[in-house]
Amino acid sequence: MFELFKTFFQIGFFTIGGGYAMIPLIEQKVVDEKQWVSHDDLLDLIAVAQSCPGIFAVNISIFIGLKQKGNKGAFFSALGTCLPSFLCILAIALVFQQFRENVYVEHFFHGIRPAVVALIALPVFRMAKSAKINRYNVWIPIVAAFLIWMMGVSPIFVVLAAGVSGYVYGKYLKEDFV
Amino acid sequence: MITILLQLFWTFFLIGLFGFGGGYAMISMIQGEVVGHYHWMTMGQFTDIVAVSQSTPGPIGINSATYVGYTALVNAGYAPYWGILGSFLATFAVVLPSFILMLLISKFLMKYRNHSSVENVFSGLRPAVVGLLAAAALLLMNSENFSSMAENPWRFCLSIFLFLFAFIGQKVYRLGPILIIVLCGIAGIILGL
Repeated sequence: MFELFKTFFQIGFFTIGGGYAMIPLIEQKVVDEKQWVSHDDLLDLIAVAQSCPGIFAVNISIFIGLKQKGNKGAFFSALGTCLPSFLCILAIALVFQQFRENVYVEHFFHGIRPAVVALIALPVFRMAKSAKINRYNVWIPIVAAFLIWMMGVSPIFVVLAAGVSGYVYGKYLKEDFV
Repeated sequence: MITILLQLFWTFFLIGLFGFGGGYAMISMIQGEVVGHYHWMTMGQFTDIVAVSQSTPGPIGINSATYVGYTALVNAGYAPYWGILGSFLATFAVVLPSFILMLLISKFLMKYRNHSSVENVFSGLRPAVVGLLAAAALLLMNSENFSSMAENPWRFCLSIFLFLFAFIGQKVYRLGPILIIVLCGIAGIILGL
């Protein structure tokens, strides 16, 4: 149990830049070192964790914990994944609160803000490729973006509507919908 | 106080439940709820939170939930220890749906992953998530993050330049996000942005 916690704590602590950056480390720790799952199993797990809602890395850790030690294992794995994030951010938030008014900190964040927008804009194109956007379905992301951007519709509602429409369209309107 | 804690919990529970498409798609949802709906913080503050979440260890979804939970309470005028409670609640809430769903479907999903109904749902979801990301980027392109020609032409032009630098730096030269963030921050200090 403690092994699960420790392993995922290390994975959480030593990866920066989000869930997908964790895959190589998960592979090294969980498959090569501990041999909790095989290489093929991990690929399947990644596919399933991607198609589930929620945080990718947490989903994977819950899966592996569940497989190793049942419900308790799942709990400790997830805790291990979340705890480093939680502690780091709290430490930063508590400190940042005091330095917010500092003029250099302000300049630093003014410089960062445009870069963050660029870093969020980039995955749009990467995702467009993997979501197989073509001239027949390109209207879907455009309408989704317009609803959220201009009309102030909640993204949660857009995701819900898109899932339901996909289901209805595939089931009742078009037999050979991809 | 109780209201804002309950709202935090419910918001992040929903985000965890409908958060398809990875950390960046979740950021779009958090932005929609936290800035657009509840006005717990400004778009500029939210951008700072995203910057910190990207450059600290751990999944971006967890990092931003923790940070938003803290900031929402402190912004509302409560002491930092209430902020810690807020961050705990938000983090717990965003993970909870994963837990419930995984326990329920870990046995079934492997079998039904290629079932046509599941495929249909995802054929609608995937393109929409692309739109979600685009909307998040568009919403962040405001005067708070870039300033404006009328307000501060120097900062506005430099912001555009840093945006292009970050975009091209990652897309063409494959610089890591942390390196880009640190370089742009230093540029901000030197140029007095």
